[in-house]
Amino acid sequence: MAQPLSQLPTPNSQLIVKFGIIVFPGSNCDRDVVYVTRDLLGQPTRTIWHEETDLDDVDVVVVPGGFSYGDYLRCGAIARFSPIMKAVVAHAKQGKYVLGICNGFQVLTEAGLLPGALVRNRDMHFICDRVPLHVESTDSIWTQGYNNTEISLPIAHGEGCYHADPETLDRLEANGQVLFRYAGTNPNGSLNNIAGICNETKNVIGMMPHPERAADPLLGRADGLQLFKNLI
Amino acid sequence: MIDLSLSDRYIYNYHKVEGFSLKQKYQARIYVTLRPSVLDPAGTAVQSGLAHMGYTDVESVRIGKYIEVSLSATDETEAHKQLDVMCDQLFANPVIENYRVELGDGS
Repeated sequence: MAQPLSQLPTPNSQLIVKFGIIVFPGSNCDRDVVYVTRDLLGQPTRTIWHEETDLDDVDVVVVPGGFSYGDYLRCGAIARFSPIMKAVVAHAKQGKYVLGICNGFQVLTEAGLLPGALVRNRDMHFICDRVPLHVESTDSIWTQGYNNTEISLPIAHGEGCYHADPETLDRLEANGQVLFRYAGTNPNGSLNNIAGICNETKNVIGMMPHPERAADPLLGRADGLQLFKNLI
Repeated sequence: MIDLSLSDRYIYNYHKVEGFSLKQKYQARIYVTLRPSVLDPAGTAVQSGLAHMGYTDVESVRIGKYIEVSLSATDETEAHKQLDVMCDQLFANPVIENYRVELGDGS
């Protein structure tokens, strides 16, 4: 499964940032992320099979969307114990960047890298849609380049309802850890309309919307590209 | 040599340091339920199904998980200790769920 680091030319960037995309059994958005970081942004990118244990060559870890381990027991609950996760936790503890998208967000909450949990959507439906989002704070590497506070990204999830106890929610709000909020109708019942959060040190982010699915202008609005560009 | 047919209730487990130790088989029943503060849309949907059946007096339905685990441990305390870790870390997510463990004889 693992691919060698590709060294494509990077004409527009000053820095080479190496991306590592974790692949669990059941991940299905990994290649979309590779397309963004390698093909659109020209950064060295490799996929990392979940049985690997070494992330030392990687600057940014992406835990992609999908249905790791068939979503059995709880979304992300089993993936959290995959061998690679020890390295992902260590990577995060060193202050390096970790991005969890959709199922990746669920995995990061299960692993304790982000607070709260994602539970069944309020209305029971699996939602596949494009939704307006409010960029709550540009005071993070992930959101720094967003000049428009209102963006639009696709969502596709059955368990995207963000839940946390009131104290945790207060802390998230007070620390500016809520990075994305659903701007229109709350699609899934998430508390405080939360669509994406980061940890206290802001190096780990989890979001239910899919920035990688809105990154190529050929496919319409590309509001997700900035999030990846911000890292380079 | 040990006659393993003496009892199928015990597993003879060889440890280099401790020599032979006895482990007993247990059967655990684990109930995982959503914390009261967490909405249960699945339960609400089932409740509406019950209402269509005619059971309009049902006040609420909450859906949880039931898990059976067969394991061996030196004693009941040790088994409970292991199961609590399993529940805290995997079977349940303490952020949204509670759990209860019932331990029975697994022989």
